[in-house]
Amino acid sequence: MKLTVWTYEGPPHVGAMRVATAMKGLHYVLHAPQGDTYADLLFTMIERRNHRPPVSYTTFQARDLGADTATLFKASCQDAVDRFNPQAIIVGASCTAELIQDDPAGLAETMGLSIPVIPLELPSYSRKENFGADETFYEIVKHLAKPQERTPRVTCNILGPTALGFRHRDDVEELTGLLSDLGVNVNVVAPLGATPADIARLPAAHFNVLMSPETGEAAARWLEKNHAQPYTKVVPIGVGATRDFIAEVSRIIDKPVLIDESRLRMPWWSRSVDSTYLTGKRVFIFGDGTHVAAYARIARDEMGFEVVGMGCYNREMARPIRALAKEYGVEALITDDYLEVEQTIEALSPEMILGTQMERHIGKRLGIPCAVISAPVHVQDYPARYSPQVGFEGANVIFDTLIHPLVMGLEEHLLTMFRDDFEFHDDAGASHHGGKAKARVEVEEAVDEAPQPADDNIIWLSDAEKELKKIPFFVRGKARRNTENYAAEKGLHQISLDTLYEAKAHYAR
Amino acid sequence: MNVPMTPTNGGCRTAPVLKERGQREVFCGLTGIIWLHRKMQDAFFLVVGSRTCAHLLQSAAGVMIFAEPRFGTAILEEQDLAGMADAHVELDREVARLLSRRPDIRQLFLVGSCPSEVIKIDLARAAERLSQVHAPHVRVLNYSGSGIETTFTEGEDACLASMVPVLKDTTARELLVVGALPDVVEDQMVSLLTDMGIGPIRLLPARRIDDTTAVGENTVFALTQPFLGDTHAALERRGARHLSAPFPFGDEGTTAWLRVIANEFGVSEETFDAVTAAPRARARKAIAQAAEVLRGKSVFFFPDSQLEIPLARFLTRECGMTAIEVGSPYIHDALHGPDLDLLPAGPQISEGQDVDKQLDRARAARPDLTICGLGLANPLEAEGLSTKWAIELVFTPVHFYEQAGDLAGLFSRPLRRKSVLRLEAAE
Repeated sequence: MKLTVWTYEGPPHVGAMRVATAMKGLHYVLHAPQGDTYADLLFTMIERRNHRPPVSYTTFQARDLGADTATLFKASCQDAVDRFNPQAIIVGASCTAELIQDDPAGLAETMGLSIPVIPLELPSYSRKENFGADETFYEIVKHLAKPQERTPRVTCNILGPTALGFRHRDDVEELTGLLSDLGVNVNVVAPLGATPADIARLPAAHFNVLMSPETGEAAARWLEKNHAQPYTKVVPIGVGATRDFIAEVSRIIDKPVLIDESRLRMPWWSRSVDSTYLTGKRVFIFGDGTHVAAYARIARDEMGFEVVGMGCYNREMARPIRALAKEYGVEALITDDYLEVEQTIEALSPEMILGTQMERHIGKRLGIPCAVISAPVHVQDYPARYSPQVGFEGANVIFDTLIHPLVMGLEEHLLTMFRDDFEFHDDAGASHHGGKAKARVEVEEAVDEAPQPADDNIIWLSDAEKELKKIPFFVRGKARRNTENYAAEKGLHQISLDTLYEAKAHYAR
Repeated sequence: MNVPMTPTNGGCRTAPVLKERGQREVFCGLTGIIWLHRKMQDAFFLVVGSRTCAHLLQSAAGVMIFAEPRFGTAILEEQDLAGMADAHVELDREVARLLSRRPDIRQLFLVGSCPSEVIKIDLARAAERLSQVHAPHVRVLNYSGSGIETTFTEGEDACLASMVPVLKDTTARELLVVGALPDVVEDQMVSLLTDMGIGPIRLLPARRIDDTTAVGENTVFALTQPFLGDTHAALERRGARHLSAPFPFGDEGTTAWLRVIANEFGVSEETFDAVTAAPRARARKAIAQAAEVLRGKSVFFFPDSQLEIPLARFLTRECGMTAIEVGSPYIHDALHGPDLDLLPAGPQISEGQDVDKQLDRARAARPDLTICGLGLANPLEAEGLSTKWAIELVFTPVHFYEQAGDLAGLFSRPLRRKSVLRLEAAE
């Protein structure tokens, strides 16, 4: 039993819904009590989908438990097939139905339906949403994929995009274009937009592009083993990763490819002088493993940031993220407890967070800017405009995403220069956050200010305290902590003006 | 006189009810925690459930956690189910940890869920045991918000019903007003009644754990929400008497609700008019503005919160709409009867749900406005039907005179929006 207030991932049957909702011609019969239909609104509201998810809930109630929930399941199953006429159905149980052990798979098999019935075993009390999506897609592929001839031309499948995926809609489009530039046609995109008939055609492709390992890796592995389709290991998010991905595809198809970088603006945007201020910005990265790994490379190698910490919430990715963190010389944080993430961010006091919507809120609370780079998704993660993550256009989009939350280069200088300006004072707040400018209230300086005690009995002398107040509000917290750490290291009990500037020199880079 | 006129064609109280069973597109009772924890400022709601419960709460709230909220889910794990861990020991540990971190918590609700009900974790026993451990500082109660037992707003009903047995006894003749309202609305209601000379007024739930809310044979109670059937029964068991009335939505509903109480307490006609005249006039004016858009339009209610019948009464009688179907998850004659009396005959009254069949009926009827849950709204909009999210009716202050215009506005806005957008491609 673990007390949870907020969770990064839903239960595994929500992962199954992400696959079912992404597909066409497939229906999910879910043995579940009243109330589990809440999950429909994730799709219709967050993603603004114009159709209900193709899910029938058996909606059993307390009074059914003593009676016959199995019959209820069979009736729902038959109704769903009659009404929606799907090419295949997946059947499974939500957390409560798992406990009553009706065996939806066995029940559905005895019904003699004329369409494929794909049973799902998703352990609700030990696994989570990403596992549910990955496992569901794998089961669908395993049941439906048919051995067949390869297509005459070189083709690939794109595996992994689902409903409620982070920018999956645009990533599929960008990736399809990129592959087309490389002379590779897309055979099937799945699960997003695929029908069961399309799934049957998967083995016709020459190889698979694994776009989203979180939701497609089990299927990719199975296809590699059973249909001899290699799959790509590089997720093309970022400039370097996209180039590596192109090289990987070239190796797989065993042909040199021409890279068209004419639309790639990101490297120049990053080299141009306005970006100088980005150098060494301390960033903390948290999200799903795939996006965290991609953004760590972008942050360090393509933006010139310093990565001060990273982690992921999906345990399935713990091993690669731990290895990566080691390479970056930082500790990996593998947790699905947002309070632990908050504590880590507070302790590291980065200048910027690359995280999920939860880290954006943590950032708001701590006054640290945050760019959102990963699911779990929010209605804001479904922009109307084209906004991919993968490929060269994705790299352009990411550059913008990472600098928008920051105070810009020249702006930063102006803020420092006019820090005592009547509008730029501390209480005005950052204009970026929609605060309304408040005129500064002039306060008579206290003549005899008592020294300010800090942690561990370190005392700020009033000169130093006054000087600290002149430092712009968005870096003051860091300056205070750095100075106190410096004083503690030096065994000082008082912080004077000199200590403040000695600390500044000490931490200068 | 201000007594509402019953419809000349007869009301809906004896109309045949279409009862359906099938897939229900509704929330479970846990959802009530979202507003109950804001209302009871010293209460914590601890759901004993699964990851699904936690996910529901954060999805239904639709927000991230800004401050540490006063609700959480003790998520059952494999070892709890396999009997490797004693659920009660685990629960005691989590509760002790929680209460030591949150000394501001004075009442703790252990909230049962589908999984905890199915594996039969006895939360009543746990509440009794934990009450003894943490008394007198914290009172521990339990109720079920599970989907197998409660539909959406029934969670509040179950919560309030769990509080009734621990209310103090009284022999005083007092008015008890029952139902969680936003503070601003509650203050308006109290001030209207106080101005009529009615008092003391007790509230359930009180904003904080409160020794003044008591109940006994001389208590009369009024309900502000139409979904409090179990609480109604629990109060009657304590000897209290229900003042049956239409619910206080719109000018007419508010006036009728207040009048029943005023009559009970012998308030004169002059006093009643003096207190209500000005806010009534404001309410009428505000409703009239929104009603311009609504008049002559048809409305179809999917079942959601049990507010459907009183709201259909408001929309048909005060806003000039025609109801095609009024669906409610449950219909209690003792609670919904007065509103059904006033609702003009005509609409199909339905109880329960088979969502696919109901969608077929809605598509065939093509109502001008469909009131439905969030899972159905965008799909129906995409089919060209205008919709209003039902959950907003529960999360927005809509009761009594000063909110009557806002209530009408909730329904007129989708129609107004449709008329102002010019997005179709030129023919």
